[in-house]
Amino acid sequence: MMLILCPYCGPRALPEFSFDRPVEAITRSDADTATLVKTLFERDNPRGPSRELWRHTYGCRSWLTLTRDTATHEISDIRPLGGEA
Amino acid sequence: MRYSALSLLRGGLTGHKAWARAWRDPTPKSRYDVVIIGGGGHGLTTAYYLAKVHGVRNIAVLEKGWIGGGNTGRNTTIVRSNYRLPQMQALMEFSLKLWEGMSDEINYNVMFSQRGAIFLGHSDSDMLQLAQRGDAMATAGVEAELLSRDQVRKLAPELDMSAAARRPIQGGLIQRRGGTARHDAVAWGYARAADALGVDIIQNCEVTGLTIRGGRVEAVETSKGVIGADRVGICVAGNSGRVAAMAGLRLPIESHLLQAFVSEPVKPMVNTVLMSQSLHCYISQSDKGEIVLGGNPDQYPTYSQRGSPHRIEEAAAEAMALVPALSRLRVLRAWAGTTDMSFDGAPIIDRTPVDGLYLNGGWCYGGFKATPGSGWQYAHLLAKDEAHAVAAPFRLDRFQTGRTIDENGAGPMPQAR
Repeated sequence: MMLILCPYCGPRALPEFSFDRPVEAITRSDADTATLVKTLFERDNPRGPSRELWRHTYGCRSWLTLTRDTATHEISDIRPLGGEA
Repeated sequence: MRYSALSLLRGGLTGHKAWARAWRDPTPKSRYDVVIIGGGGHGLTTAYYLAKVHGVRNIAVLEKGWIGGGNTGRNTTIVRSNYRLPQMQALMEFSLKLWEGMSDEINYNVMFSQRGAIFLGHSDSDMLQLAQRGDAMATAGVEAELLSRDQVRKLAPELDMSAAARRPIQGGLIQRRGGTARHDAVAWGYARAADALGVDIIQNCEVTGLTIRGGRVEAVETSKGVIGADRVGICVAGNSGRVAAMAGLRLPIESHLLQAFVSEPVKPMVNTVLMSQSLHCYISQSDKGEIVLGGNPDQYPTYSQRGSPHRIEEAAAEAMALVPALSRLRVLRAWAGTTDMSFDGAPIIDRTPVDGLYLNGGWCYGGFKATPGSGWQYAHLLAKDEAHAVAAPFRLDRFQTGRTIDENGAGPMPQAR
Protein backbone atom coordinates (compact mmCIF):
# COMPACT_ATOMS: atom_id res chain seq x y z
CA MET A 1 0.00 0.00 0.00
CA MET A 2 1.30 3.42 -0.92
CA LEU A 3 1.82 5.95 1.87
CA ILE A 4 1.46 9.50 0.61
CA LEU A 5 2.82 12.43 2.61
CA CYS A 6 0.09 15.08 2.51
CA PRO A 7 1.71 18.51 3.05
CA TYR A 8 -1.16 19.43 5.40
CA CYS A 9 -2.04 16.14 7.15
CA GLY A 10 1.19 14.13 7.20
CA PRO A 11 1.60 10.55 5.97
CA ARG A 12 -1.73 8.96 5.03
CA ALA A 13 -2.68 5.70 3.32
CA LEU A 14 -3.56 5.42 -0.35
CA PRO A 15 -7.33 4.84 0.12
CA GLU A 16 -7.67 8.47 1.32
CA PHE A 17 -6.34 9.77 -1.98
CA SER A 18 -7.55 9.76 -5.55
CA PHE A 19 -5.48 9.94 -8.69
CA ASP A 20 -6.74 12.56 -11.13
CA ARG A 21 -4.40 12.74 -14.13
CA PRO A 22 -0.79 13.15 -15.15
CA VAL A 23 0.30 16.78 -14.97
CA GLU A 24 0.85 16.66 -18.76
CA ALA A 25 -2.94 16.34 -19.11
CA ILE A 26 -3.76 19.63 -17.40
CA THR A 27 -4.88 22.22 -19.92
CA ARG A 28 -6.88 25.41 -20.21
CA SER A 29 -10.50 25.21 -21.30
CA ASP A 30 -9.93 27.98 -23.88
CA ALA A 31 -7.26 25.98 -25.75
CA ASP A 32 -8.08 25.06 -29.35
CA THR A 33 -9.82 21.74 -29.99
CA ALA A 34 -6.78 19.92 -31.40
CA THR A 35 -4.72 20.85 -28.34
CA LEU A 36 -7.55 19.89 -26.00
CA VAL A 37 -7.95 16.45 -27.60
CA LYS A 38 -4.21 15.86 -27.59
CA THR A 39 -3.77 16.97 -24.00
CA LEU A 40 -6.89 15.39 -22.51
CA PHE A 41 -7.05 12.11 -24.43
CA GLU A 42 -3.46 11.14 -25.22
CA ARG A 43 -0.94 9.93 -22.69
CA ASP A 44 2.80 9.30 -22.48
CA ASN A 45 1.81 6.49 -20.09
CA PRO A 46 5.42 5.99 -18.97
CA ARG A 47 6.81 3.01 -17.10
CA GLY A 48 8.91 4.93 -14.61
CA PRO A 49 8.70 8.40 -13.03
CA SER A 50 5.53 10.34 -13.78
CA ARG A 51 4.49 13.77 -12.53
CA GLU A 52 0.87 13.44 -11.41
CA LEU A 53 -2.07 15.36 -9.98
CA TRP A 54 -3.67 13.72 -6.94
CA ARG A 55 -6.26 14.81 -4.39
CA HIS A 56 -6.50 14.04 -0.69
CA THR A 57 -10.19 13.40 -1.31
CA TYR A 58 -11.06 11.61 1.93
CA GLY A 59 -8.81 13.81 4.05
CA CYS A 60 -8.30 17.54 3.75
CA ARG A 61 -9.46 17.56 0.09
CA SER A 62 -6.42 19.49 -1.06
CA TRP A 63 -4.91 19.01 -4.52
CA LEU A 64 -1.31 17.82 -4.75
CA THR A 65 1.26 17.19 -7.41
CA LEU A 66 3.83 14.47 -6.92
CA THR A 67 6.34 12.37 -8.82
CA ARG A 68 5.53 8.69 -8.70
CA ASP A 69 7.36 5.79 -10.32
CA THR A 70 4.72 3.67 -12.08
CA ALA A 71 6.85 0.53 -11.78
CA THR A 72 7.99 0.79 -8.14
CA HIS A 73 5.36 3.19 -6.64
CA GLU A 74 8.18 5.28 -5.15
CA ILE A 75 6.87 8.79 -4.47
CA SER A 76 8.86 12.00 -4.24
CA ASP A 77 8.58 15.78 -4.55
CA ILE A 78 5.05 16.20 -3.20
CA ARG A 79 3.81 19.77 -3.52
CA PRO A 80 0.51 21.41 -2.67
CA LEU A 81 -1.21 22.90 -5.66
CA GLY A 82 -1.96 26.59 -5.59
CA GLY A 83 -1.14 29.95 -7.03
CA GLU A 84 -0.94 29.59 -10.76
CA ALA A 85 -3.35 26.62 -11.13
CA MET B 1 -0.94 -34.90 -33.31
CA ARG B 2 -4.71 -34.78 -33.00
CA TYR B 3 -5.96 -34.96 -29.41
CA SER B 4 -8.76 -37.47 -28.83
CA ALA B 5 -10.00 -39.99 -26.28
CA LEU B 6 -7.84 -42.52 -28.08
CA SER B 7 -4.69 -40.38 -27.92
CA LEU B 8 -5.35 -39.80 -24.21
CA LEU B 9 -5.69 -43.56 -23.65
CA ARG B 10 -2.50 -44.20 -25.59
CA GLY B 11 -0.73 -41.50 -23.59
CA GLY B 12 -1.94 -43.04 -20.34
CA LEU B 13 -0.79 -46.52 -21.30
CA THR B 14 2.69 -45.22 -22.14
CA GLY B 15 3.05 -43.35 -18.86
CA HIS B 16 2.47 -39.93 -20.50
CA LYS B 17 6.08 -39.96 -21.70
CA ALA B 18 5.44 -39.93 -25.45
CA TRP B 19 3.51 -36.65 -25.85
CA ALA B 20 4.97 -34.40 -28.51
CA ARG B 21 5.45 -30.76 -27.52
CA ALA B 22 2.33 -28.71 -28.28
CA TRP B 23 4.11 -26.10 -30.37
CA ARG B 24 7.60 -25.68 -31.81
CA ASP B 25 10.32 -23.44 -30.43
CA PRO B 26 11.55 -21.84 -33.67
CA THR B 27 14.43 -19.43 -34.26
CA PRO B 28 13.02 -16.26 -35.82
CA LYS B 29 13.37 -15.92 -39.59
CA SER B 30 14.80 -12.69 -40.99
CA ARG B 31 11.45 -11.63 -42.44
CA TYR B 32 7.71 -12.30 -42.08
CA ASP B 33 4.59 -11.14 -43.91
CA VAL B 34 3.00 -10.34 -40.56
CA VAL B 35 4.65 -9.95 -37.16
CA ILE B 36 2.32 -9.86 -34.19
CA ILE B 37 3.81 -8.29 -31.06
CA GLY B 38 2.35 -10.02 -28.02
CA GLY B 39 1.70 -13.74 -27.50
CA GLY B 40 -1.34 -13.36 -25.27
CA GLY B 41 -4.72 -14.78 -26.15
CA HIS B 42 -5.52 -11.94 -28.55
CA GLY B 43 -2.18 -12.19 -30.38
CA LEU B 44 -2.44 -15.96 -30.73
CA THR B 45 -6.04 -15.88 -31.99
CA THR B 46 -5.00 -13.15 -34.44
CA ALA B 47 -2.24 -15.38 -35.80
CA TYR B 48 -4.55 -18.38 -35.94
CA TYR B 49 -7.32 -16.62 -37.87
CA LEU B 50 -4.80 -14.90 -40.16
CA ALA B 51 -3.53 -18.34 -41.16
CA LYS B 52 -6.87 -20.13 -41.10
CA VAL B 53 -9.28 -17.58 -42.58
CA HIS B 54 -6.98 -15.44 -44.71
CA GLY B 55 -4.38 -18.03 -45.76
CA VAL B 56 -1.40 -15.95 -44.60
CA ARG B 57 1.40 -18.44 -44.12
CA ASN B 58 4.42 -16.43 -43.02
CA ILE B 59 3.50 -15.18 -39.56
CA ALA B 60 5.42 -14.70 -36.31
CA VAL B 61 4.08 -14.05 -32.83
CA LEU B 62 6.67 -12.41 -30.56
CA GLU B 63 6.21 -12.88 -26.82
CA LYS B 64 8.38 -11.11 -24.24
CA GLY B 65 7.77 -13.79 -21.61
CA TRP B 66 6.08 -17.13 -22.07
CA ILE B 67 2.70 -18.17 -23.48
CA GLY B 68 0.01 -17.81 -20.82
CA GLY B 69 2.19 -15.73 -18.48
CA GLY B 70 0.49 -12.38 -18.99
CA ASN B 71 -3.07 -11.13 -18.75
CA THR B 72 -4.47 -14.26 -20.43
CA GLY B 73 -3.59 -16.14 -17.26
CA ARG B 74 -4.55 -13.34 -14.85
CA ASN B 75 -8.23 -12.66 -15.55
CA THR B 76 -11.26 -14.14 -13.79
CA THR B 77 -12.14 -16.25 -16.88
CA ILE B 78 -15.66 -14.85 -17.33
CA VAL B 79 -17.17 -14.97 -20.81
CA ARG B 80 -20.39 -13.09 -21.63
CA SER B 81 -21.86 -10.72 -24.20
CA ASN B 82 -24.52 -8.97 -22.10
CA TYR B 83 -23.60 -5.44 -23.15
CA ARG B 84 -25.78 -2.36 -23.44
CA LEU B 85 -24.38 -0.55 -26.47
CA PRO B 86 -24.84 -1.96 -30.00
CA GLN B 87 -21.13 -1.68 -30.87
CA MET B 88 -20.12 -3.66 -27.77
CA GLN B 89 -22.95 -6.17 -28.27
CA ALA B 90 -21.86 -6.86 -31.85
CA LEU B 91 -18.21 -7.36 -30.86
CA MET B 92 -18.81 -9.49 -27.78
CA GLU B 93 -21.59 -11.57 -29.35
CA PHE B 94 -19.36 -12.24 -32.36
CA SER B 95 -16.76 -13.43 -29.88
CA LEU B 96 -19.20 -15.51 -27.82
CA LYS B 97 -20.26 -17.41 -30.96
CA LEU B 98 -16.59 -18.29 -31.53
CA TRP B 99 -16.31 -19.44 -27.90
CA GLU B 100 -19.19 -21.83 -28.48
CA GLY B 101 -17.26 -23.75 -31.13
CA MET B 102 -13.76 -23.16 -29.78
CA SER B 103 -12.78 -26.53 -28.31
CA ASP B 104 -13.77 -28.34 -31.52
CA GLU B 105 -12.23 -25.66 -33.73
CA ILE B 106 -8.77 -25.89 -32.17
CA ASN B 107 -8.95 -29.53 -30.96
CA TYR B 108 -8.19 -28.44 -27.42
CA ASN B 109 -10.52 -28.58 -24.43
CA VAL B 110 -10.80 -25.02 -23.13
CA MET B 111 -13.43 -26.20 -20.62
CA PHE B 112 -15.88 -23.53 -21.77
CA SER B 113 -18.81 -23.86 -19.39
CA GLN B 114 -21.99 -21.95 -20.26
CA ARG B 115 -23.27 -22.01 -16.72
CA GLY B 116 -25.10 -18.70 -17.00
CA ALA B 117 -23.94 -15.20 -16.09
CA ILE B 118 -26.21 -13.28 -13.72
CA PHE B 119 -26.13 -9.55 -13.09
CA LEU B 120 -27.75 -8.96 -9.70
CA GLY B 121 -30.13 -6.07 -9.05
CA HIS B 122 -30.20 -4.53 -5.57
CA SER B 123 -32.65 -1.66 -6.00
CA ASP B 124 -35.49 -0.38 -8.17
CA SER B 125 -33.02 1.62 -10.18
CA ASP B 126 -30.76 -1.44 -10.65
CA MET B 127 -33.75 -3.45 -11.89
CA LEU B 128 -34.72 -0.68 -14.29
CA GLN B 129 -31.17 -0.62 -15.69
CA LEU B 130 -31.10 -4.40 -16.00
CA ALA B 131 -34.44 -4.35 -17.84
CA GLN B 132 -33.11 -1.70 -20.21
CA ARG B 133 -29.96 -3.74 -20.80
CA GLY B 134 -31.99 -6.90 -21.38
CA ASP B 135 -34.25 -5.09 -23.86
CA ALA B 136 -31.23 -3.67 -25.69
CA MET B 137 -29.73 -7.16 -25.92
CA ALA B 138 -33.00 -8.74 -27.11
CA THR B 139 -33.29 -6.05 -29.79
CA ALA B 140 -29.83 -7.03 -31.01
CA GLY B 141 -30.79 -10.71 -31.04
CA VAL B 142 -28.76 -11.57 -27.93
CA GLU B 143 -30.66 -13.74 -25.48
CA ALA B 144 -31.35 -12.18 -22.08
CA GLU B 145 -33.84 -12.95 -19.36
CA LEU B 146 -34.93 -10.75 -16.49
CA LEU B 147 -35.13 -12.78 -13.30
CA SER B 148 -37.43 -12.26 -10.35
CA ARG B 149 -36.11 -12.51 -6.81
CA ASP B 150 -37.44 -16.08 -6.54
CA GLN B 151 -35.82 -17.11 -9.81
CA VAL B 152 -32.48 -15.77 -8.60
CA ARG B 153 -32.92 -17.64 -5.32
CA LYS B 154 -33.51 -20.92 -7.18
CA LEU B 155 -30.47 -20.47 -9.43
CA ALA B 156 -28.18 -19.26 -6.66
CA PRO B 157 -29.39 -20.49 -3.27
CA GLU B 158 -26.06 -19.47 -1.73
CA LEU B 159 -27.05 -15.79 -1.95
CA ASP B 160 -28.20 -14.01 1.19
CA MET B 161 -31.94 -13.47 0.58
CA SER B 162 -32.81 -12.82 4.22
CA ALA B 163 -34.60 -9.67 5.37
CA ALA B 164 -31.40 -8.55 7.09
CA ALA B 165 -29.20 -8.93 4.01
CA ARG B 166 -26.65 -6.14 3.74
CA ARG B 167 -27.13 -6.13 -0.05
CA PRO B 168 -30.79 -6.96 -0.65
CA ILE B 169 -31.42 -8.72 -3.98
CA GLN B 170 -34.51 -7.72 -5.93
CA GLY B 171 -33.81 -9.79 -9.04
CA GLY B 172 -31.34 -10.17 -11.83
CA LEU B 173 -30.60 -10.43 -15.52
CA ILE B 174 -29.23 -13.72 -16.80
CA GLN B 175 -27.42 -14.53 -20.00
CA ARG B 176 -27.61 -18.32 -20.00
CA ARG B 177 -24.94 -18.64 -22.69
CA GLY B 178 -22.43 -16.79 -20.50
CA GLY B 179 -20.01 -18.67 -18.29
CA THR B 180 -16.34 -19.37 -17.74
CA ALA B 181 -13.45 -21.06 -19.56
CA ARG B 182 -10.03 -22.27 -18.54
CA HIS B 183 -7.87 -19.32 -19.54
CA ASP B 184 -4.50 -21.12 -19.76
CA ALA B 185 -6.04 -23.69 -22.08
CA VAL B 186 -7.22 -20.90 -24.39
CA ALA B 187 -3.65 -19.60 -24.74
CA TRP B 188 -2.10 -23.05 -25.09
CA GLY B 189 -4.80 -24.32 -27.44
CA TYR B 190 -4.53 -21.38 -29.84
CA ALA B 191 -0.72 -21.49 -29.66
CA ARG B 192 -0.83 -25.14 -30.68
CA ALA B 193 -3.44 -24.59 -33.38
CA ALA B 194 -1.60 -21.58 -34.85
CA ASP B 195 1.70 -23.47 -34.75
CA ALA B 196 0.09 -26.35 -36.66
CA LEU B 197 -0.76 -23.83 -39.41
CA GLY B 198 2.90 -22.79 -39.62
CA VAL B 199 2.88 -19.74 -37.33
CA ASP B 200 6.24 -19.19 -35.59
CA ILE B 201 5.63 -18.58 -31.89
CA ILE B 202 8.76 -17.01 -30.47
CA GLN B 203 8.88 -16.80 -26.69
CA ASN B 204 11.34 -14.85 -24.53
CA CYS B 205 11.63 -12.38 -27.38
CA GLU B 206 11.21 -8.80 -26.20
CA VAL B 207 10.52 -6.05 -28.70
CA THR B 208 12.92 -3.16 -28.12
CA GLY B 209 12.20 -0.93 -31.10
CA LEU B 210 10.44 -0.45 -34.41
CA THR B 211 12.27 0.42 -37.62
CA ILE B 212 10.23 3.04 -39.46
CA ARG B 213 11.31 4.60 -42.76
CA GLY B 214 9.33 7.11 -44.76
CA GLY B 215 6.33 6.71 -42.48
CA ARG B 216 6.23 2.96 -42.95
CA VAL B 217 7.19 0.19 -40.54
CA GLU B 218 9.87 -2.08 -41.95
CA ALA B 219 11.14 -4.19 -39.10
CA VAL B 220 10.80 -5.07 -35.45
CA GLU B 221 13.91 -4.82 -33.27
CA THR B 222 13.98 -7.54 -30.66
CA SER B 223 16.18 -9.20 -28.06
CA LYS B 224 16.66 -11.94 -30.69
CA GLY B 225 17.69 -9.59 -33.49
CA VAL B 226 15.98 -7.48 -36.14
CA ILE B 227 12.98 -9.13 -37.80
CA GLY B 228 11.68 -7.67 -41.06
CA ALA B 229 7.91 -7.40 -41.53
CA ASP B 230 5.45 -6.14 -44.13
CA ARG B 231 2.83 -5.60 -41.46
CA VAL B 232 3.19 -5.34 -37.70
CA GLY B 233 0.31 -5.80 -35.28
CA ILE B 234 0.67 -4.42 -31.76
CA CYS B 235 -1.31 -6.70 -29.46
CA VAL B 236 0.09 -6.10 -25.99
CA ALA B 237 -2.82 -4.74 -23.94
CA GLY B 238 -1.39 -3.47 -20.65
CA ASN B 239 1.73 -2.22 -22.40
CA SER B 240 0.25 -0.74 -25.60
CA GLY B 241 1.53 2.72 -24.73
CA ARG B 242 5.11 1.52 -24.38
CA VAL B 243 5.19 -0.29 -27.73
CA ALA B 244 3.34 2.54 -29.50
CA ALA B 245 5.92 4.96 -28.08
CA MET B 246 8.57 3.07 -30.10
CA ALA B 247 6.73 4.43 -33.15
CA GLY B 248 6.48 7.89 -31.61
CA LEU B 249 2.75 7.51 -30.92
CA ARG B 250 0.81 8.63 -27.85
CA LEU B 251 -2.35 6.61 -27.25
CA PRO B 252 -5.68 7.35 -25.52
CA ILE B 253 -4.72 4.72 -22.94
CA GLU B 254 -3.41 4.61 -19.38
CA SER B 255 -2.01 1.40 -17.86
CA HIS B 256 -3.72 0.57 -14.57
CA LEU B 257 -4.06 -2.66 -12.66
CA LEU B 258 -6.87 -4.98 -11.74
CA GLN B 259 -6.64 -7.54 -8.97
CA ALA B 260 -8.26 -10.93 -8.59
CA PHE B 261 -8.03 -13.60 -5.95
CA VAL B 262 -9.15 -17.16 -5.26
CA SER B 263 -10.13 -19.04 -2.14
CA GLU B 264 -9.07 -22.50 -1.12
CA PRO B 265 -10.99 -25.13 -3.14
CA VAL B 266 -14.37 -26.35 -1.89
CA LYS B 267 -17.16 -28.55 -3.23
CA PRO B 268 -19.47 -26.99 -5.84
CA MET B 269 -21.43 -24.13 -4.25
CA VAL B 270 -21.59 -21.38 -6.90
CA ASN B 271 -23.13 -22.82 -10.05
CA THR B 272 -23.40 -19.63 -12.09
CA VAL B 273 -21.31 -16.51 -12.55
CA LEU B 274 -22.62 -13.91 -10.10
CA MET B 275 -21.92 -10.29 -10.84
CA SER B 276 -23.04 -7.07 -9.31
CA GLN B 277 -22.33 -4.00 -11.35
CA SER B 278 -23.42 -1.58 -8.66
CA LEU B 279 -21.18 -3.30 -6.09
CA HIS B 280 -18.39 -4.04 -8.58
CA CYS B 281 -18.01 -7.59 -7.41
CA TYR B 282 -18.02 -10.85 -9.32
CA ILE B 283 -18.03 -14.39 -8.03
CA SER B 284 -17.60 -17.72 -9.77
CA GLN B 285 -16.22 -21.13 -8.93
CA SER B 286 -13.41 -22.73 -10.89
CA ASP B 287 -13.50 -26.38 -11.90
CA LYS B 288 -10.87 -26.98 -9.22
CA GLY B 289 -13.35 -25.67 -6.65
CA GLU B 290 -11.69 -22.35 -5.86
CA ILE B 291 -14.01 -19.39 -5.49
CA VAL B 292 -12.75 -16.79 -7.96
CA LEU B 293 -13.31 -13.18 -6.93
CA GLY B 294 -12.67 -9.82 -8.48
CA GLY B 295 -13.50 -6.23 -7.76
CA ASN B 296 -12.60 -2.69 -8.71
CA PRO B 297 -9.44 -1.63 -10.52
CA ASP B 298 -6.90 0.20 -8.35
CA GLN B 299 -7.60 3.41 -10.32
CA TYR B 300 -4.15 4.92 -10.81
CA PRO B 301 -1.56 4.26 -13.53
CA THR B 302 0.87 1.47 -12.73
CA TYR B 303 2.87 -1.29 -14.37
CA SER B 304 3.74 -2.89 -11.04
CA GLN B 305 1.31 -5.86 -11.17
CA ARG B 306 1.04 -5.36 -7.41
CA GLY B 307 -2.25 -4.04 -6.08
CA SER B 308 -3.29 -2.49 -2.80
CA PRO B 309 -4.82 -4.75 -0.16
CA HIS B 310 -7.76 -2.40 0.40
CA ARG B 311 -9.20 -3.44 -2.96
CA ILE B 312 -9.10 -7.11 -1.93
CA GLU B 313 -10.76 -6.18 1.35
CA GLU B 314 -13.53 -4.30 -0.46
CA ALA B 315 -14.21 -7.11 -2.93
CA ALA B 316 -14.14 -9.73 -0.16
CA ALA B 317 -16.57 -7.65 1.93
CA GLU B 318 -19.03 -7.35 -0.95
CA ALA B 319 -18.70 -11.03 -1.82
CA MET B 320 -19.36 -12.02 1.80
CA ALA B 321 -22.37 -9.69 1.93
CA LEU B 322 -23.80 -11.50 -1.09
CA VAL B 323 -22.72 -15.04 -0.15
CA PRO B 324 -22.22 -15.17 3.64
CA ALA B 325 -20.79 -18.72 3.51
CA LEU B 326 -17.68 -17.30 1.85
CA SER B 327 -16.65 -15.79 5.19
CA ARG B 328 -15.44 -19.24 6.25
CA LEU B 329 -12.98 -19.52 3.36
CA ARG B 330 -9.37 -18.43 3.26
CA VAL B 331 -7.81 -16.57 0.37
CA LEU B 332 -5.30 -18.81 -1.35
CA ARG B 333 -3.76 -16.46 -3.90
CA ALA B 334 -4.14 -12.85 -5.01
CA TRP B 335 -2.57 -11.28 -8.06
CA ALA B 336 -2.86 -8.35 -10.43
CA GLY B 337 -2.67 -7.73 -14.15
CA THR B 338 -1.77 -4.55 -16.00
CA THR B 339 -4.75 -3.29 -17.98
CA ASP B 340 -4.94 -0.89 -20.91
CA MET B 341 -7.54 1.59 -19.67
CA SER B 342 -9.03 3.55 -22.55
CA PHE B 343 -10.96 6.78 -22.03
CA ASP B 344 -14.39 5.36 -22.82
CA GLY B 345 -13.98 1.77 -21.65
CA ALA B 346 -13.99 0.34 -25.17
CA PRO B 347 -11.09 -1.27 -27.04
CA ILE B 348 -9.21 0.04 -30.07
CA ILE B 349 -8.81 -2.13 -33.19
CA ASP B 350 -7.46 0.11 -35.91
CA ARG B 351 -4.67 1.23 -38.18
CA THR B 352 -2.16 3.69 -36.75
CA PRO B 353 -0.74 6.81 -38.46
CA VAL B 354 2.32 4.67 -39.36
CA ASP B 355 1.81 2.61 -42.54
CA GLY B 356 1.85 -1.11 -41.91
CA LEU B 357 1.52 -0.67 -38.14
CA TYR B 358 -1.74 -1.68 -36.48
CA LEU B 359 -3.10 -1.49 -32.94
CA ASN B 360 -5.27 -3.83 -30.93
CA GLY B 361 -5.50 -2.66 -27.31
CA GLY B 362 -7.44 -0.64 -24.77
CA TRP B 363 -9.39 -3.67 -23.56
CA CYS B 364 -9.64 -2.24 -20.03
CA TYR B 365 -10.53 -5.12 -17.70
CA GLY B 366 -12.78 -6.94 -20.18
CA GLY B 367 -10.46 -8.49 -22.74
CA PHE B 368 -10.61 -12.20 -21.92
CA LYS B 369 -14.17 -12.73 -23.13
CA ALA B 370 -13.22 -11.06 -26.41
CA THR B 371 -10.18 -13.29 -27.04
CA PRO B 372 -11.42 -15.15 -30.16
CA GLY B 373 -13.50 -12.26 -31.54
CA SER B 374 -10.69 -9.76 -31.08
CA GLY B 375 -8.24 -12.04 -32.89
CA TRP B 376 -10.69 -12.73 -35.73
CA GLN B 377 -11.35 -9.01 -36.19
CA TYR B 378 -7.68 -8.04 -35.93
CA ALA B 379 -6.73 -10.74 -38.44
CA HIS B 380 -9.29 -9.27 -40.85
CA LEU B 381 -7.81 -5.79 -40.40
CA LEU B 382 -4.22 -7.03 -40.82
CA ALA B 383 -5.07 -9.11 -43.90
CA LYS B 384 -7.26 -6.60 -45.72
CA ASP B 385 -6.01 -3.27 -44.32
CA GLU B 386 -9.66 -2.51 -43.64
CA ALA B 387 -11.78 -3.09 -40.56
CA HIS B 388 -14.63 -5.60 -40.63
CA ALA B 389 -18.01 -3.98 -39.88
CA VAL B 390 -17.96 -5.31 -36.30
CA ALA B 391 -14.57 -3.72 -35.49
CA ALA B 392 -15.11 -0.53 -37.53
CA PRO B 393 -16.44 1.60 -34.62
CA PHE B 394 -13.39 0.87 -32.43
CA ARG B 395 -11.25 3.55 -34.01
CA LEU B 396 -8.15 5.17 -32.62
CA ASP B 397 -9.38 8.67 -33.51
CA ARG B 398 -12.78 8.46 -31.84
CA PHE B 399 -11.83 10.93 -29.12
CA GLN B 400 -11.26 13.55 -31.81
CA THR B 401 -14.46 12.79 -33.66
CA GLY B 402 -16.57 12.39 -30.52
CA ARG B 403 -17.77 8.91 -31.52
CA THR B 404 -16.89 7.36 -28.18
CA ILE B 405 -18.33 4.05 -26.97
CA ASP B 406 -19.00 4.56 -23.27
CA GLU B 407 -20.73 1.36 -22.15
CA ASN B 408 -20.88 2.42 -18.49
CA GLY B 409 -21.75 6.05 -19.16
CA ALA B 410 -18.97 6.86 -16.69
CA GLY B 411 -17.32 9.79 -18.42
CA PRO B 412 -13.99 10.31 -20.09
CA MET B 413 -11.43 9.26 -17.46
CA PRO B 414 -9.59 5.92 -17.45
CA GLN B 415 -10.01 5.57 -13.69
CA ALA B 416 -13.79 6.04 -13.94
CA ARG B 417 -14.35 2.70 -15.59
